[in-house]
Amino acid sequence: MALGVSKKEKIDDLADTAGVSLAASAWKRLRRSPVFLIGATIIGIFIMVSLLSPWLAPHDPSDKMLIEQVVKARNEIPPAQPGHPLGGDLQGRDFFSRLLVGSQQTLIVGVGATLIGLTGGLILGTLAGAIGGWVDSVVMRLVDVMLSLPSLLLAFSIAAMFARPSQFTVILAVAIVQIPVFARLLRGSMLAQRHSDHVLAATALGVKKGAIVFRHMLPNSLSPVIVQSTLVLATAIIEAAALSFLGLGNPDDRIPEWGQMLGDVQNVFDTHPHLAAWPAVCIIIVALGFTLMGETLREALDPKNRR
Amino acid sequence: MLRYTIRRLIQLVGVVLVLSLLLFAWMRLLPGGPVSALLGERATPESREALTKQLGLDQPIIVQYFKFLGRAASGDFGVSTGVQPGDSALDIFVQRFPATIELSFFAIVIAILVGVPLGYLAAKRRGGLFDNLSVVGSLIGVAVPVFFLAYVLKDAASAALGLPSFGRQGDINATRVTGFFTLDGIITGEFDATLDALKHLILPAIALATIPFAVIFRITRAAVLDVLDEDFVRTAESKGLTASVIRRRHVLRNSMLPVVTTIGLQTGALLSGAVLTEKVFVIPGVGQALAIGFERRDYPVLLLLIIMATIVYVVVNLLVDLSYALIDPRIRTR
Repeated sequence: MALGVSKKEKIDDLADTAGVSLAASAWKRLRRSPVFLIGATIIGIFIMVSLLSPWLAPHDPSDKMLIEQVVKARNEIPPAQPGHPLGGDLQGRDFFSRLLVGSQQTLIVGVGATLIGLTGGLILGTLAGAIGGWVDSVVMRLVDVMLSLPSLLLAFSIAAMFARPSQFTVILAVAIVQIPVFARLLRGSMLAQRHSDHVLAATALGVKKGAIVFRHMLPNSLSPVIVQSTLVLATAIIEAAALSFLGLGNPDDRIPEWGQMLGDVQNVFDTHPHLAAWPAVCIIIVALGFTLMGETLREALDPKNRR
Repeated sequence: MLRYTIRRLIQLVGVVLVLSLLLFAWMRLLPGGPVSALLGERATPESREALTKQLGLDQPIIVQYFKFLGRAASGDFGVSTGVQPGDSALDIFVQRFPATIELSFFAIVIAILVGVPLGYLAAKRRGGLFDNLSVVGSLIGVAVPVFFLAYVLKDAASAALGLPSFGRQGDINATRVTGFFTLDGIITGEFDATLDALKHLILPAIALATIPFAVIFRITRAAVLDVLDEDFVRTAESKGLTASVIRRRHVLRNSMLPVVTTIGLQTGALLSGAVLTEKVFVIPGVGQALAIGFERRDYPVLLLLIIMATIVYVVVNLLVDLSYALIDPRIRTR
C-alpha cells in the first residue's frame, strides 16, 4: 500500500522533471548567476541608452558648436564647461553627446555584423550538414581557406577591398570573418544529429527531409549558435575599432561610433588622452557585458551541468 | 605521421594557391588598380593605356595570374607602391620579418609563462577569490582593444617605468648578423645591445601578449579542472604520491593538449595583433608594413605579406598538431 503510493509519487516526480526543457532549466540557473545578471544589466542599459540617445543627448553630435575654442596651432580643444560636461572634441563638437549617440551606431555594428555572419554561417552550415556529399566538401574547403587566415587579418583585408569605406563595409568585413565559425558549429551539430534517434524516428514516420532539417535538426543546434552570437557581438565591436585605427573604417564621422571615435584620435593620444579613454572604456564595458552573458549562457546550456 | 604531414602540406599549397588567386583578382578588379597607383589620378588616358599594355593588364585575369605565378616562382612578387616605394615586395618581407618574429616570440612567451601557472592556480582554488578575480581579469583582457592598451602602455607605463616608448629602429649601432636584435648582441658579445633591444621590446610584447594570455589562462584553467576530476588523479593521491609529482606527471601533462592547441591558434592573434602593436610602437616589422600597406593600398606588398602570414599560421598549427605525439604517447600508437 505504502509502496504503491511512493511509486506513484516517484513516477509523478519523474514526469515533472523530465518535462523541464533545457532552455527552462538553463534559465533557472541563469537567474541565480550573479555574473549573468551583471552582464545582462550592462547590456540592458547599453541597449536602452542607444535607443533613447537621440533624446538623451543634450546637443546635436555633428554640430561644431564649440569650434571657436579649438586652436589648431596650440593643439587646444574645448575643456569641460557648463552644458558640456566632457568638453568638445577636435572639431568642437559636444563630446558627451557624441558618446551617447555613439552607442547607437556601435549597437548597429555589433548586431549587424553578428546577423550577417550568422545568416551566412547558417546557410553554409545547413547546406553542408544536411545535404552532405560534394556540397559538404566544397563548403568545408571554402571554410578551411577562410580559417587558414588569421581572422582579424582577414577582416583587415576584406575592409581594404572596398575603394570607398563606409559603416556598411566595416560591418561586412567583420561579419564575413565570422561566417566560417558559425558554419562549422552548425555543420558539426547537424552531423552529430544525423543518426540520432529523433531524426531516425522522423525519417521512419515519413517526414520530408526539409521539414526534418528545419523543424528537428536546426532547433536542436541553436544553443551553441546563440552562445557564439553573444560572443561575436563583443568581438565585432572591438574589431570595428581596429579597422578605424588602420584607416579602414567609416570616414564619415557626422554620426559617431565608439570604435571610430577611438580610432580617429590616435594622433592625439598623448595630448588629449580623455578623447580616447571615454570611447575605449565604453567599448570595454559593453564587450565585457556581452562576454559575461555569452560565457554564463554557455555554461548554463551545457547539458553536462544540468541538474 | 609522415603521410599526415605530407597531406597537410599539400593542403597548404592548395590554400595558398586559392588565396593568392583571390587576392590577385581583387587587386586587379579594383577601380584604378596598379595603373592609378603608379601614375596617380591625373594621368592622361594615353599614358594609362600604354602602361596597361606594358604591364600586361589588358590580358584576362587568369592569364595574368599564371604569369604572376611564374614570376613569383623566381622570387619576383612585384614592386612596392606605398610602404617603401620602389623596393621589391620580397625584400620588404625579408627585411622586416625578424622584428615581427622577435616581438611575437616574446609576447607568446610572456603569455605562456603567466597564463599557464595562473590557470593552474585558479583551477586548484576553484570558486575562491583568486579564481574569480583572475577569471574576470582575463575577460577584461579580451575586451580591451589591443591598440588602445598599446597606447596606454606607450604613453603612461613607459614614463613611469623609464622604458623606451618606441620599438627598436634600424639605426642600432651594433653588428647585425641575423636580423634579430636580441640574438645579434648575444652572438657578437655586445650584451648591452641585447639589453637595449630587450628594453625596447618589453612594452610592445606585453601589449601583444594580453589576448593570447587571456585565452591561454582560461583554457589551462578549464583543462586542469577537467583533469582534477579524473580517477587517475584520485588514485595518484591515494597512492601517497607527493603533490609536486601529481602536479607534474598527472595533472599538468594531461591538461596540456588543449593548451598547446590554443597556443598554436594564438599565432593568428599574434600576427593580426602585430599589425596594431607595431603601428603604435613604430616597430619596423611585417605588421607595420601591413598597416601602412592597408592605408596606402600597396597591393603587391599586401599580397605577399598576407600569403606569408597564412603560411606561417598554417605551418605553426601543423607543428602544434605534430607535437601532440610528444606530449601524449597514446596518440603515437594510433
